[in-house]
Amino acid sequence: MRQYEVTFIVDPVLSGDEIKATAKTYTDMIEKEGCKIVHIDEMGLRQLAYPINRRTSGVYYTVEFQPEKGNMLAPMELAMRRDERIMRFLTVKLDKYGVKYNEDKRNGLIAKFKKKAKSDDNKGKGRKGNNKSKPAPPKAKKSEAPKPAAPAKAAAPATPPPAPAPTAKAEEE
Amino acid sequence: MASRDDIKFLSNPNIGQQRKKYCRFRKFGIKHIDYKDPDFLSQFVNEQGKILPRRISGNSLKYQRKVAVAIKRARHLAMLPYVTDLFK
Repeated sequence: MRQYEVTFIVDPVLSGDEIKATAKTYTDMIEKEGCKIVHIDEMGLRQLAYPINRRTSGVYYTVEFQPEKGNMLAPMELAMRRDERIMRFLTVKLDKYGVKYNEDKRNGLIAKFKKKAKSDDNKGKGRKGNNKSKPAPPKAKKSEAPKPAAPAKAAAPATPPPAPAPTAKAEEE
Repeated sequence: MASRDDIKFLSNPNIGQQRKKYCRFRKFGIKHIDYKDPDFLSQFVNEQGKILPRRISGNSLKYQRKVAVAIKRARHLAMLPYVTDLFK
């Protein structure tokens, strides 16, 4: 069965109840069409990357559902387009990887990507690359840690790579 | 028997060597790119919010296409900017 995902942004000027009611009208509409709702994700109030209708923030909702027939999408989108409370929406068909990704995310298997961890991440990646590679690239790895060039040489290639590699992978996923 | 590791150089001989680029999606087995994760997608975008070319990001063609689609979706939902300055 196909799985779709609709993400929409609700106007934040409305009161909390009205925002909830807006989301509810659409979940009810989807349900009424005989769809199975897989998950409703309330991302809450977020800052927009650029202003839409002079609003700088919006309340994000994502609804995942499995329709019986595909012909319910067009009326739903039309209703959203006409609705002034909804600033933006996007309907996407999920492929099997998308379904699995969302499931894993709900079960907490996918760690949230951290912006700050970037420099740390890079080191891990470099080492990881070294771990697998053959004779030539080990030198490339040492350039990753430029300061202790001489003393680190002996110890570095042998021991540390196995340990940091899995953590880097975990972070990445 | 002096191996190469025992030789001490005055300057670091590794400076100027380039690391091999690779596709992180292939390497780590990431199959799906979420358009609702702007922090992750911002790695594939430059300071002006433009999508980085494969030449720089190192992505394989298959995943570069998926990254591009995800970024465009994120832009539509105002999670990433269409145009900016000093993004990041």
